[in-house]
Formats: sequence, C-alpha cells, structure tokens
Amino acid sequence: MTQREPRILVYGYGNPGRQDDGAGVLLAERMEQWACDMQLDQVHTDSNYQLNLEDAAGIANYDLVIFADASREDIEDYRLDLLIASERIEFTMHAVSPAFILHLCREVFNHQPEAYLIHIRGYEWEFMGGMTERTGKNLTGALQCIQEFILQYLNNWKRS
Amino acid sequence: MGQKITIEPVTRVEGHGKVTIHLDNEGNIEQTRLHIVEFRGFERFVQGRPYWEMPVLVQRLCGICPVSHHLAAAKATDVLVGAGTGEGLTPTGEKMRRLMHYGQMFQSHSLHFFHLASPDLLFGIESDPLKRNVVQVALQHRDLAVQGVMMRKYGQEVIQATAGKKIHGTGAVPGGINKHLTEEEREYLLHGDDYMDIDKMISWSQDALEFFKAYHKKNKAIIDDFAEFPSSHLSLIRKDGALDLYHGVLRAVDHEGKKILHDVDYQEYFKYIDEEVRSWSYMKFPYLKEIGKNNGWYTVGPLARMNTAEFIDTPLAQKEFEFFKQYNGGKPSNKPMHSHWARLIEILHSAEKIKQLLLDPDLMEGELVTRGNKQFEGVGVVEAPRGTLFHHYKIEENDMISMANLIVSTTNNNQPMNEAVRQVATRVMTGRKEITEGMMNAVEVAIRTYDPCLSCATHALGQMPIEFELYNSDNKLIERKYKG
Repeated sequence: MTQREPRILVYGYGNPGRQDDGAGVLLAERMEQWACDMQLDQVHTDSNYQLNLEDAAGIANYDLVIFADASREDIEDYRLDLLIASERIEFTMHAVSPAFILHLCREVFNHQPEAYLIHIRGYEWEFMGGMTERTGKNLTGALQCIQEFILQYLNNWKRS
Repeated sequence: MGQKITIEPVTRVEGHGKVTIHLDNEGNIEQTRLHIVEFRGFERFVQGRPYWEMPVLVQRLCGICPVSHHLAAAKATDVLVGAGTGEGLTPTGEKMRRLMHYGQMFQSHSLHFFHLASPDLLFGIESDPLKRNVVQVALQHRDLAVQGVMMRKYGQEVIQATAGKKIHGTGAVPGGINKHLTEEEREYLLHGDDYMDIDKMISWSQDALEFFKAYHKKNKAIIDDFAEFPSSHLSLIRKDGALDLYHGVLRAVDHEGKKILHDVDYQEYFKYIDEEVRSWSYMKFPYLKEIGKNNGWYTVGPLARMNTAEFIDTPLAQKEFEFFKQYNGGKPSNKPMHSHWARLIEILHSAEKIKQLLLDPDLMEGELVTRGNKQFEGVGVVEAPRGTLFHHYKIEENDMISMANLIVSTTNNNQPMNEAVRQVATRVMTGRKEITEGMMNAVEVAIRTYDPCLSCATHALGQMPIEFELYNSDNKLIERKYKG
C-alpha cells in the first residue's frame, strides 16, 4: 500500500501595514517560495490579518499546521510552541487565538491537526509598511527554525 | 459614600474600551460612561500621501472591516478622479464593488450572529462567560456552528474573488475596479464544493432567521425590553427609499419615524453632521447640527437601516422586512436587541444580492475604470456592517492628501452605546453591593448589540482581558475583578 503524503500548512497572520505586525504574513510568503524551490508540494501557505472562525475549516484538512505571528512578549528573537487546544477567547469576537481555532476544528470537524505557533518578536506597531531591522533578523531565524522542523517532520512521516 | 465601578476593557469588543459606572450614596446610578482610551491619529498619518494610495493604505486601520474602508476610500477617490459620486462608474466597476461589499457584509454579520449573539441567546446572559462561546454552540447545536463557520468562509471567498487577496486587497481603484470575475470564480461561488454554494447560503440565512424568531417568541422580554431607549437613526438610503448598503443619500429619522435628515447628498455631509469632542473619551460624538449637540445624536447600523428604509429590493429579505416592520407597528424599533434581527435580515439580503450579481454578465466583461476632470475634494460613504462610514479627503495640486476626516461606524454609535450602558446599568446595578458576572455581561451585551469595532474608532491593536474596579467616593479602590 502506498503511504499518503502528509499535508502541512504554514499560516501567517498580522497586518503588514503595521510594521512588525506583518512578520507572520511575511514568514508565510517566504515559506511559500521555499516550498516551491524545494518542490515540497505537501507544504501549503495561507495568511490573513487575523484568525477567525472559518480558519477552523481551513485547517481541518491538514496533518500539521504552523501558525506564525508577531509577538510583543519578552522573548529574545522567536519561539516555537506546541499548541494546546483551548476554548478560551483571548482576544475579542473579531479575532481569536490559534488555540481556539484548534479547539473549534476538533469540535466542529472532528479533527485536530498537530499544531504549533511560532512567535516572532516585534518592536514597532505604527501605521507603516516594512519591518524593523531587528524583527527582520528574528524572522530569518524563525524561517530557518520551521524549515528544519518541517524537513524533520517529513522524515519522521516517511519512517512511520 | 458614592461608588465608581469600572469595567475595563470590554471583552469581545475590538480595541480598548472601559466602562465606568458611578453610584451615589444610596446605590443609584449617578453617571455611566463608555471610555475609549487609545488613539493613533490615522487622519494625520495619511496627510502628505498620494490620494491613489488611499484604498489600500486605509486597510492598515483595521483588520476587521478592511473592505469597508477600502470601498469608502475608493468612493472618495472616485470623486477626485472625476468619476462621479457613486453613479458614474461603469456597470462592471460598480457591480464588482457591490459584490465585494455584500461579501463583506455577509461574513461580518455571520461572525457577529454565530460567534457573539447566538451564545448569549442560547446560554443566557447570566451563564458562565467561559462557556458562552461558539464552541459550546458547536457541542449543543452542531449544525448551527458549522453554518456559522462556513458562512464566514463563503463571505471571505467572495472578498478574495473581488478584492484580489485577503490582505491589503487591491480590487477597488480610483474610478472603478481592477479585475473582472472569472468564469471559474463565478462557478465556485454559485455551485462550489464543500458548502461554497450560494443557494446553500440563502437557505442557511433563512434558517438563522427562523432560529432567531423562534427564540424571540419564547424570550420577548430579553429581545424587546433589554436596554430600550428612544433614538434617532441614520443611514444611506437609495433615492427611491430602498435599503442600499453601498450607495445612496443620507436619511435620518427620529424615534417615531419622522424624517429629520431629508435624503441629502453625502458629499455635503459636513453641512449636516458635526463631531463633538469630550474630555473623557478619545472617540468623538457625532450629531446632527440642526438638532444640536444634546439631542442630535443618532444610531447607525443594521437596526438604523431597517428604520430608515422603506423597502428591500430582494424578495426574501423584503418578506422578512415586512414582518419586522409589522411587529414594530410600522414605527422605528428603538430596541437594541432588535439589531440582531436586523442583522439577520441583512445577511439574507446580502446573500440574495450576491446571487443576483453572480448571474450578471457585467461582472465578467466590460470597462473596468472611468475617469473625468480632476477634483480637489471627495467624500466616500458606505454602509459598513456596523453602520455608516465616512471618508473625506482634500488634495493639493500635486495629488497629495492635505486633509482627511474619517467618521467610522462605531464613532457614529458612540452616544447610543453610552445610552445603552446607562439603561442596563440602571436596571441591573442599582442598589447592588457586589459585581457579578451577570451584571458585567449585561453591560457588555448592551454594547455588543452595536458590534463595535473600537480598533477602527481608535486605531488600536487591542487585546482584551477584562478588569472591573469598584471605587468609593474618595476614589479609593475597594474591589477589583478580572476576566477574559
């Protein structure tokens, strides 16, 4: 029997018109190019200003989902966290957390992909396009991190 | 000894808001205020930028209703390029924009109803806030939750097909639109896989209305009596009196239905509307000049639109509109919870409009853009999901913006939200000695009927833990509560 290929989604969110807030979106764009260059058809990308209900439907067809977001937290550069599904509404009715999306996906579509959130440290959030140099460096590190992570995931999938 | 109760910020409302309630020595409500505490000066930011950037640039304001800002800015720039004031575009230009707008209305209203209103209605205002969300709806009413998610998704697909992309869409340009709808996009939205089917969306919209009406029948006190107060209502209206979410003239009626703003051209909105600044809030307070600051305030949004409109030009929504009007005795509804009802009628209307447009050949062929003589001042107005949205620009000879004024829907609703808070606070908090979850949420429910986007109004990014504080008359903190 032929083993099916895994389906992987990298989903960046944020507002690129708000300086470093666009880091997640830019990461998704660069991952799209990387997946194309590497001929990794299993890797798909998506992006939006923020996460919302319909994203529960969007992630329901994937085995692995990596959300990417700019972060105001006091981290050095970037951090990759395993996501635990949660129905806690952390933001507002207009935008929800990736953990909430994961929970909603499980409850509505009976599927919970393995999911992670990569936080990219940001510093400036004004009405300007383009990231700060520091966040640009953090983004480069975050990209390398998840590219290695995905390659490892694909290797593990083949072995399993 | 008087007390001050602070609810800060308001959960499940975008941006950063704070409610303070002042009690007198006997525990009666002395004063209530909805404060908006963050402001970033978008109008100043766009000065010196070329006008043609505006339809894309204004999407930086807000990730919640970027399409509304995109279209309002595009309509203002239509005037600047001499393409007229909403009626001069090519059929393709206007219809593609309308399709985008109805997609936005459909997805935004669906989000509000399924994610926000339905948990409140299904589980009750007094229920545990942590259990009052769409996941709990999914556990108990799975079909309803699936419909909410897929209706959101459908609206987003319409936006993507017309605006070109989800982030910083570029579809609307000064004088028109930059793309046709492709045959593939049209077929997908008409009869796509995985629920992406317009007939399914119309049917689900009707189901949502039936759900609401059944709830209403059993819970008249909540829907009809909650936070009721007399208000004027303002919206765009088509010249023949039909509901029109994209273009028209400005009409306002008082709480009994008497016209107080007589179908005026919105290019001259500043002759009729002014904005008052109050020291305790960054959000301004718009009012009708002729009536004055004290009584000239008005409500905008779905309920206001039902109250100004004479009819709806799609058959299924018209039938629901007639029932709504009949229920209210032909008078305007001044019941904030009727906003949910009005929103559902607009969801159905938007779905019907989307179908009409998808079947219109003008979307797939024809001239995209029109131009005329350059103008130096332009106003664009649309009915955004939350209400009337004004964009007003002046430019210099070199095409750079010299003045920008935005009145967003939530700002238009500033005074009504304050009134609603006062109504609820008086009812549920008078004489109470402690802050309960139910009390806090009753205040929030009142605000949420307006679906406020404080992010737009204040241009904040906004994160939402909630804080309640209780002060005595000496301003000493005696109780604090958090949630969210």
